[in-house]
Amino acid sequence: MSYMNRRDFLKSSSALLAASTLPLSLIEIAYADTSQNFTFAYISDAHIQHIKGKEFVRNWDRGLIRAVAETNLMDPKPDFVMFGGDMGQLGKREEINHGLELLAPLTYQKHFVIGEHDYYLDLGEYWQKIIGPLHYSFDHKGVHFVVLNSILTYDDWTYNRWPSAEERMLQMADLDNPNGSPFMVGEKQRAWLKQDLAKINHATPLVVFSHSPLQKIYRGWNFWTEDAEQVQALLAPFKKVTVLYGHVHQIQYNQIGTISFHSAMATAWPWPYPATYAQAQSFLPKLTVEMNRADPFFERDATGWQYIDVYSGHVREHYQLAENTRRTVAFNPKTGQPEDTRYQAPDRRLLSQNHY
Amino acid sequence: MQRRLKSSAIICVGSLLVLAWRPTFADEFTPADIKLWQDEYLVVVKQGRELFTSDKLGTNGVACVQCHPNAANTHPETYPKFQKQLGHVAPLWEMINWCIRNPLEGKDLAADDPRMIALQAYITYERRGVKLEPGKH
Ligand SMILES: [Fe+2]
Ligand SMILES: [Fe+2]
Repeated sequence: MSYMNRRDFLKSSSALLAASTLPLSLIEIAYADTSQNFTFAYISDAHIQHIKGKEFVRNWDRGLIRAVAETNLMDPKPDFVMFGGDMGQLGKREEINHGLELLAPLTYQKHFVIGEHDYYLDLGEYWQKIIGPLHYSFDHKGVHFVVLNSILTYDDWTYNRWPSAEERMLQMADLDNPNGSPFMVGEKQRAWLKQDLAKINHATPLVVFSHSPLQKIYRGWNFWTEDAEQVQALLAPFKKVTVLYGHVHQIQYNQIGTISFHSAMATAWPWPYPATYAQAQSFLPKLTVEMNRADPFFERDATGWQYIDVYSGHVREHYQLAENTRRTVAFNPKTGQPEDTRYQAPDRRLLSQNHY
Repeated sequence: MQRRLKSSAIICVGSLLVLAWRPTFADEFTPADIKLWQDEYLVVVKQGRELFTSDKLGTNGVACVQCHPNAANTHPETYPKFQKQLGHVAPLWEMINWCIRNPLEGKDLAADDPRMIALQAYITYERRGVKLEPGKH
């Protein structure tokens, strides 16, 4: 430890920061019933892209292969792995099959969220046949988990607008396409969610997975869910709620009422923050300390995956970054919001966390 | 050679006759002219957007827009700038070729290739209004 580091360390003696510098095994002791402690891995946005025959884009393959290999080496071992959606690029069976093939070496139980890149070719038909339902819930060691299909949109766009399924998929695959359509959970699924949550005690920690953010950040790139407020209203009665989402290929976090929001990094490629598009206005949560700006000369820079613990009933998300220092964003009980355990204070931020 | 010079001379004389018929001067342009030139520019911007979103620049089906929605994070206003990994001060088109060679697994375009010009027209159009900051990192 250099002089500067030691001084910084002593200066920042808050319990939260100290905890983040300790080995994970020591953090577990902090909670009473350690037998109930568990972690899970969260891998998202692989975008496996078919070229022809048995050829796939090498770069995106490598991202998923690396995440799977590292997840298998995790200590402590996760109880399960959640895949956050966008397994493929154009929803092709070849892509979903190849994605599953690359995920197969995982030695843990797997759960899946569907993304728009998996859905808009056949509207989830193959996914449901080979992977499972598009929305469901399960309980694990005292936590209630819900998976939503948040990338639905207006029926008219889905069913009446495009001459072919391939064309519909291509139109939805372009993030910045002005002919795209906003994501939504939809009335039917919200009714299901209401019913699913009706039987859960409000003191039970609740973790909801969606592909798109269940909050409104930038509509132009679908960093957005049209009925976010209605979904939030269903989650609001719970004391400890976290929404985990993919799709944005970047670090985001926020707190709205009792609900904490955390995003996942992609294993494929990073996306710019919406505010860097000079012609539009975005509503990135002020709370978010942005990921490091990507250096394209490092193929895996600004990609990664994450592992998560819910020891306190709130989420502590550890970003495993391929080419950058790892980051942890955890709920801070003192401020009542998720915060980066190292970079949250403005004077601790890195030059490369400044996006323009 | 001589014959070609002769015919050029004839064309020149012809052009002069046309000019004499309808004289124009450098300082004479109308709002209609401005619109025409702007429209010409926007046609090339549109071609650039098409290339930017197409799978035709590379060999693996990857498009520029996959990583750069609305051409964000391309920072045309900072070029030319020193690129550590290239070891010299590089213009924007050289970085575009880097992307074509690497993530797109394609072949370089010449600096004056109409497609390269269209790509730059589009990228800078999406960044319009942002002040120039050459060399910035
Ligand atoms: Fe994605
Ligand atoms: Fe997505």
